Amino acid sequence: MPADANTPLLAVNGVTLQYKTPRHLVTATYRVDFSVYQADRYVILGPSGCGKSTLLKAVGGFMRPVEGAIRIRNKDIVSPGPDRMMVFQEFEQLMPWKTVFQNVLFPMRATRKFRRAEAIERAEAAIAKVNLTQFRDVYPHMLSGGMKMRVAIARAMALEPDILLMDEPFAALDALTRRTMQQELLSLWEQLQFTVLFVTHSIEEAIIVGSRILVLSPHPGRVRAELNTGGLDYSNIDRPEFGAMSKRIHDLLFADGHAKQAATA
Amino acid sequence: MSIDVHRHDAVPARPEFEVEPSEAVTIGDVERPLPLSERVLKNESFQRLMILVVLIVIWEVYARWLHNSLLFPTFTETVQTFWGDIKSGVLINRTATSLRTLAIGYACGLACAAVFTTFAVASTIGTRILATLTAMFNPLPAIALLPLALIWFGLGTPSLVFVIIHSVLWAVSLNTLSGFRAVPETLRMSGRNMGLKGARYVGLILIPAAFPSILSGLKIGWAFAWRTLVAAELVFGVSSRSGGIGWYIFEARNDLDTATVFSGLLTVILIGLFVESVIFRAIEARTVNLWGMQR
Repeated sequence: MPADANTPLLAVNGVTLQYKTPRHLVTATYRVDFSVYQADRYVILGPSGCGKSTLLKAVGGFMRPVEGAIRIRNKDIVSPGPDRMMVFQEFEQLMPWKTVFQNVLFPMRATRKFRRAEAIERAEAAIAKVNLTQFRDVYPHMLSGGMKMRVAIARAMALEPDILLMDEPFAALDALTRRTMQQELLSLWEQLQFTVLFVTHSIEEAIIVGSRILVLSPHPGRVRAELNTGGLDYSNIDRPEFGAMSKRIHDLLFADGHAKQAATA
Repeated sequence: MSIDVHRHDAVPARPEFEVEPSEAVTIGDVERPLPLSERVLKNESFQRLMILVVLIVIWEVYARWLHNSLLFPTFTETVQTFWGDIKSGVLINRTATSLRTLAIGYACGLACAAVFTTFAVASTIGTRILATLTAMFNPLPAIALLPLALIWFGLGTPSLVFVIIHSVLWAVSLNTLSGFRAVPETLRMSGRNMGLKGARYVGLILIPAAFPSILSGLKIGWAFAWRTLVAAELVFGVSSRSGGIGWYIFEARNDLDTATVFSGLLTVILIGLFVESVIFRAIEARTVNLWGMQR
């Protein structure tokens, strides 16, 4: 499906995002540029308040940039759409009135992208891929947090979006489940080679999950660096390269703060 | 500090080890059914039935001791009258009249509530209008509007329907709107993410997500409507030969036939119980309880 390996799937050019709270107009990101290519595992990393979730929402079409452009396959993003399926951090993203199977099936039928028989087949396959076949007829309230997240991922994948948007999807999970989920996401990617834009505030998670990392500076979010981390994952977490990358990102994120502190001291 | 060091020294050196967990078969079945007697005794319906039986026994004993069927007929007398009036068809006719009026009023009330909440969801000014109207009219007892209704619509079903609409409309709109407002932002975004808009978004996401609130609105609305109807029928009773259950009670009171009054009240209670614990309970079991949205 890639039109051309040299044209980006998603192009974000000079994007400034602002949102209003009852008292303030907050600038979340300032003139951010980046490009995501087919089959990238692109991670946006930054401290809290750097506008990374807002950036993802803008890609999702939930808000318009005040300046700059976001284009997917050379088309401006104007509204939310199933070509950019989002996986949220919160568990409420599943519909409590539908079973696991119905939840996965629903967007395929609601968007009329697939015929009924095909949608059913795809839903079964997606549920099997995330190892939930024996829970297919269970309602979400009976699932653990990790299982709910698997359903959300299966639901998004089954629809075969151009890009999968994940907003700190594993942040609400316990540490052991989070690790399992990271592994599973990677092995799904090995099989399907989808494109994913992943937001996190964990340096370790960014290195394990990502093939390329965009580091944002805090408040308002501006591009600090873009790094390649394709070769690094959980299997070489104890290797010096992993440690060095982690240190490098840590310094990028916190060096300014330390410098300022040193200057005032 | 020195104490800490001392304590550390006192801990004996322990070797590290790894083992395979043993099979858990020694406990027997991991899950086993409770004995039948325990399941029956803990059953909610059974417990509620027992409470009813106790109340009936108290009633019967007190009425027999009082021995004054003009003031307080016994349970057996009441049931006899009730059964007699059912067999003769009087009570069934009266109840049917009441329920027909109720159904019309309830349906109209729900339709009005649907219109109001649609406006309220669609625009901020709609929300303000509904909030103001609800704040004004919700505390106003429907029965207080009856004299006005009689002037406007005369004696008859239209007046009753008008007061029932009033009693249903505000309770249902208020609950539905607050239900819509409480739908989690993530669920809304997830619905819009799938490209749902307008009526499909409301029907497929908002209504099911707000269903617990909507259902409790329906329950409150039903109770208000039923109460209002019986009370209104007591006030102006009969219209064109066919009176309702309120009229049945009123007539019996005029004849000082207390057993019939009791049998009328019993009918009101039984219908209330049926709707609440059979119809609404069944809806709850198939929806909000099944979905884990309400315990």
